[in-house]
Amino acid sequence: MSTAAAAHDDHHHHAPTGLKRWLFSTNHKDIGTLYLWFSFIMFLVGGLLAMVIRTELLEPGMQFVDPEFFNQMTTVHGLAMVFGAVMPGFVGFANWMIPLMIGAPDMALPRMNNWSFWILPFAFLILLSSVFMSAFGAGHPSAPNFGWTFYAPLSTEYGPASTDLFILSVHMMGISSIMGAINVIVTVFNLRAPGMTLMKMPLFVWTWLITAFLLIAVMPVLAGAVTMMLTDRHFGTSFFSAAGGGDPVLFQHVFWFFGHPEVYIMILPAFGIVSSIIPTFARKQLFGYASMVYATASIALLSFVVWAHHMFTVGMPLAGTLFFMYMTMLISVPTGVKVFNWVATMWRGSMTFELPMKWAIAFVILFTCGGLSGLMLAITPVDFQYHDTYFVVAHFHYVLVTGAVFSMFAAAYYWLPKWSGVMPNKLLGELHFWSSLLSVNLLFFPMHFVGLAGMPRRYADYALQFADYNFWISIGGFWFGLSQLFFLAVCLLCAMKKGEKAAARPWDGAEGLEWEVPSPAPFHTFETPPVVK
Amino acid sequence: MSHDSLEHRNKRTLRKLLIWALAMFGFAFAMVPFYDVICDITGLNGKTSSTASTEGPARTVEDRTVTVEFITQRGQGVNGDFMSATRRVKVHPGEITLVNFYASNPKTSEIVTQSIPSVTPGEAARYLHKTQCFCFDQQTLGAGERKEMPMIFYLDPELPEHITTLTLSYTIFDVTDRVAANNDTVMNNNTVAK
Ligand code: HEM
Ligand SMILES: [Cu+2]
Repeated sequence: MSTAAAAHDDHHHHAPTGLKRWLFSTNHKDIGTLYLWFSFIMFLVGGLLAMVIRTELLEPGMQFVDPEFFNQMTTVHGLAMVFGAVMPGFVGFANWMIPLMIGAPDMALPRMNNWSFWILPFAFLILLSSVFMSAFGAGHPSAPNFGWTFYAPLSTEYGPASTDLFILSVHMMGISSIMGAINVIVTVFNLRAPGMTLMKMPLFVWTWLITAFLLIAVMPVLAGAVTMMLTDRHFGTSFFSAAGGGDPVLFQHVFWFFGHPEVYIMILPAFGIVSSIIPTFARKQLFGYASMVYATASIALLSFVVWAHHMFTVGMPLAGTLFFMYMTMLISVPTGVKVFNWVATMWRGSMTFELPMKWAIAFVILFTCGGLSGLMLAITPVDFQYHDTYFVVAHFHYVLVTGAVFSMFAAAYYWLPKWSGVMPNKLLGELHFWSSLLSVNLLFFPMHFVGLAGMPRRYADYALQFADYNFWISIGGFWFGLSQLFFLAVCLLCAMKKGEKAAARPWDGAEGLEWEVPSPAPFHTFETPPVVK
Repeated sequence: MSHDSLEHRNKRTLRKLLIWALAMFGFAFAMVPFYDVICDITGLNGKTSSTASTEGPARTVEDRTVTVEFITQRGQGVNGDFMSATRRVKVHPGEITLVNFYASNPKTSEIVTQSIPSVTPGEAARYLHKTQCFCFDQQTLGAGERKEMPMIFYLDPELPEHITTLTLSYTIFDVTDRVAANNDTVMNNNTVAK
């Protein structure tokens, strides 16, 4: 009996419908779809919170919310975007595409897969309930208000009661991501079709494999950090409390030991996506496949030894700051290799500019901008000036929004035909792209300037000289937020199967196993593994 | 390949990865003692030794003068005064100096306080020796009490040349509840023992 058919015996005999289909699903495609919708909903929720921030900052002075509520908005916006939108979004793509790309019938541990997803909505219900209570509840008890980085002692001695909800919710998100990561690794190691050697795997699979290892290495450290917070708050320990002999700076070390690899967790899968899309529309092989794999691996390894670039200003010995500065700069070498390879792939290709390619090219250019501002921040003395200003906000929104999020838009337009069987609506897609592209730059580019001029982040107000820039930043924000409604429409149309029928290989330059199955991909695929030459 | 073998392989990989995740959870806690060791070696967090130095200075370097500044801060829940008699002193390395600190408790009940020192630049922490300090022990302040708390220190003659000014900061914390909680557990344990 063949491996794949055996593993999937139990799927043949039932196909539940309605709510049960989604609740009990162990099918990688269903779970992928759940993850993707969840991620998109969190993107909209997190976006709404950001609109509150930008409304308050539209004009100097206090207009709409009080500073306490403002702090809760920045905190929960960050948490919802990082843990709710970006990470689950990539897990959704992994679920849908990894089995299709390596010729596996499903993920290796389908029941665990169901768990990893269904923990998430509850984790976010818990977290968002605190925002709801803060906005509408009696006495307006504070939601978490210490920033997404939840530095001690803000989150320990000074944390509101809802901090405990936050801790529970982070634990649940962590368990979910660890299970998701384990599933990816087991699938890639054990379920590849015959002939699919590691060095033949599409880059999206490679980058996800490495991401999964990063997740297993650092999500437990995050769990450790919140556990220490919990015992500091309630069980008399003093890991982070100076009064009891602990040290709040230790918190920052533990957090960023997780936090920096975490930012790569949010970008490596994006590298994989772009590396799949660019060759398709340049109609050329990816330039430097092997160097892409090695670059990804070295980025992942280096990401463990740069964490203190987030804390140059806490006071470190000179040798320490120099070490972290050089290591951080070193990361831009493999990152540069990647950008070079993408450009080299496009060089003299027969390029066409369908929607996925437009997003991918925007990614390459704008992500590189974000990388460059990162390089500026890596210079210790410069960072003393820029740390905790809007310059940092500009940096990480370029790498995360025009980087990670744009790559997910690219991926969605690229694979929607495979998922739904219909082509995404072209007109709406073009509107979505151009409207997002212009607004996102209006939103984030001026943040560089106000940051360099000294506007600090995480304040509900600002000095008068920043008023004009902030006005336009807010306009960019509202515009970008509204532009996402085009994408909502695109997704709904595809979900309702309204649109031009998609061929099995809707993009003529596309290569890879996922295009060998019909569009929409049937519920079960590759039950007998394909043979890869 | 048989059915069993794939399931077996999956389980084996799963088990390995779970162990790894657990180990990394442990690693987070291992960072705590590791951090303390690094701090001791490098002075990363500017903590001075929490015990009195028993040896006196080897010599005094008369031709070198270093400024030592004092900063005091009150932690959460402390609302009395906490200050040093002087803001800064100029000393020669090796010279033994006394500085008085004052703390007061305006509350109507006794409080237990703990002061935590920190030196900037951190690398100077190792060269600041105290022969007496109120920070070595918890200090009890009666209701309405104002207390004089002496601190005696000298700078190590080996203090690196480029350090001309160093700042010693103290933060005072109210640890009354913490101490009460610890006593409770001690008492409970005793009761159990009986
Ligand atoms: C060339 C590569 C990069 C370099 C050299 C770099 C460098 C830095 C530095 C030095 C900081 C600290 C700034 C400060 O707080 O003063 C920072 C912050 C940040 N970076 Fe990057 N970065 C790079 C790429 C990325 C990528 C790819 C991501 C995520 C996709 C990312 C996400 C972030 C985030 C989220 C923060 C802010 C964290 C916070 O304080 O809230 N960076 N980066
Ligand atoms: Cu970083």
